[in-house]
Amino acid sequence: MGEPIIQVENLYKNYGAVEALRGASFSVQEGEVFGLLGPNGAGKTSTIEILEGLRNADRGVARVCGLDPEKSGEKFKEIIGAVLQSTSLPQKLKVREALELFANFYPRRADAGLLRRFQLEEKAEAFYSQLSGGQKQRLALAMALVNDPRVVFLDEPTAGLDPQVRREIYDIIAELRGSRKTVLITTHYIEEAERLCDRVAIIDHGRVIALGTPRELKQGSAGTTRIEVRIARPPANGSMGKLEGVTSCREIEGAWALSSTRPPATIVALVKLLEAENNELQSLEMSSPSLEDVFIELTGRRLRE
Amino acid sequence: MGVMSRTWTLTKIRLVLAMRNRAFFFFSLVMPLIFLVGAVIFIGNRTQWAGYILGAILTTTVMGSFWGLSVQLVTFREQGILRRFRIAPVGAGPMLASSIISNYFMALPVVALEILVCRFVLHMQNWGNLPAILVLVTIGSATFSSLGLIVASVTNTMQETQMINNLIWMGFIFLGGATIPIGSFPHWLQRISLFIPAQYLATGLQSSATWQATYWEVIEDCIALALGLFLAFEMSRRLFRWEPEAKAPRRAKMWVIAAFVPFLIFGAWENFYGSQLQRVNTNYRVLSRMLPMQTKPTQ
Repeated sequence: MGEPIIQVENLYKNYGAVEALRGASFSVQEGEVFGLLGPNGAGKTSTIEILEGLRNADRGVARVCGLDPEKSGEKFKEIIGAVLQSTSLPQKLKVREALELFANFYPRRADAGLLRRFQLEEKAEAFYSQLSGGQKQRLALAMALVNDPRVVFLDEPTAGLDPQVRREIYDIIAELRGSRKTVLITTHYIEEAERLCDRVAIIDHGRVIALGTPRELKQGSAGTTRIEVRIARPPANGSMGKLEGVTSCREIEGAWALSSTRPPATIVALVKLLEAENNELQSLEMSSPSLEDVFIELTGRRLRE
Repeated sequence: MGVMSRTWTLTKIRLVLAMRNRAFFFFSLVMPLIFLVGAVIFIGNRTQWAGYILGAILTTTVMGSFWGLSVQLVTFREQGILRRFRIAPVGAGPMLASSIISNYFMALPVVALEILVCRFVLHMQNWGNLPAILVLVTIGSATFSSLGLIVASVTNTMQETQMINNLIWMGFIFLGGATIPIGSFPHWLQRISLFIPAQYLATGLQSSATWQATYWEVIEDCIALALGLFLAFEMSRRLFRWEPEAKAPRRAKMWVIAAFVPFLIFGAWENFYGSQLQRVNTNYRVLSRMLPMQTKPTQ
């Protein structure tokens, strides 16, 4: 492995009494699509905004292409592109004008054809105020690429978008991966992280609590099967966790999530327990562990709690 | 890409956006024209007043840039538009300078129209000192834009911006000589008006339009305005905030007062040693006694 293109070491950031980052560390290699996965308030946006040079860290090291985002000024801004979580453009600015305006700020420019590539040709003469949420996000992505950046930061690029538009954005990000761009993406969508990222850092309460490829992370739960059970009444105290083969048991939103090394034995034991307690099984689902399970295992919470 | 090139890029887009803004058309074009129509009705056949009225109307037009820019900057910051520009290699300097330059370009056609109406509709007897008028309009526009920008830099919300703007604007409009002639004020109020930035613009423009004052005769007005411009621009650049949640510290509001320091110094100097009040009263005599325009009045 070569020198990382993004390097984060022991990053700390406080907002008054709120500790947003508490020693986050990770690194990203050139050409990688790297995901920061975590619930709201985990510290994802603080991390990405420090890397974009929008915020200063209280402590720790942040480097992009060997540059300090806080101190490198224009030189740094010329090599990055970004889609911010909360931003806007003047309402009466046309799509074509927005792209031309931002392209004019950079010495190096992407090939013409961003409008076509992002399916915005028909909207080229439309005002920003006339665009749908998906079109605005496509424009934001196109603007992030006007300077043909080495590193692209995407802060929750699909938040609030409908599934179809989300899939369109996924295609665009997959295309970026194909062109060997380094992409750092924050998300709280499991699907996004699993589908798009070469590696994922799971972040919670300002710390990276797990890091690896989606497969590696899921292998952390290797040998277990997830069984999600809904029952009519709460079971006797601790009885679910004592079922045969169960390695962990948690109640999440009224359902019981069991990790089992021997699913058939666990199910048989479960049925017997419910009979003994005169309880009723409402639903049962079995699945291989997902990143969500990894997150639950590590934190005891769902991603979007 | 240099600073100049980025400033020019931003200036062009600001001009385009302004042309699409109905509020801009109303406040920058329609309002001054309403003032003009009012002036036409007010003057009637007293054409000797036209030069003085032109000075007042030009002052109001130029000072208008104080309002528009501060409101626009705060709106852009609150809507998160500025933070998108922050990601690009654009500094606070080009952002602020482009606002000032575009505002100036937008004011020029209105200024030209006002001069033409005064000359041909109100029968102003000569053109005044047009080059001096242009210099004062240029420096004045940049100065009042910068004063607006510094208000935007030290306020956190639109309500706060409008409140401070209103307070300052009242002083400009009523004590600066743009609406009520300073010569009609009691002497003590005339002395206070010497501390008001608008007074330097109004007196300079009225002198240039009324009795064709030379550059030398308006040099003090130009210097006062230019110093105010430099200080206000530099302070607003240093205090510039891109982020909606970045709040200005309380002490930053004191910088608004600091931006007025050149006018406080000039005001103090004028009160003790200067001849500004003599010029103000000379201009007013032209108005009140209807002196013929062709002759420069004696002091």
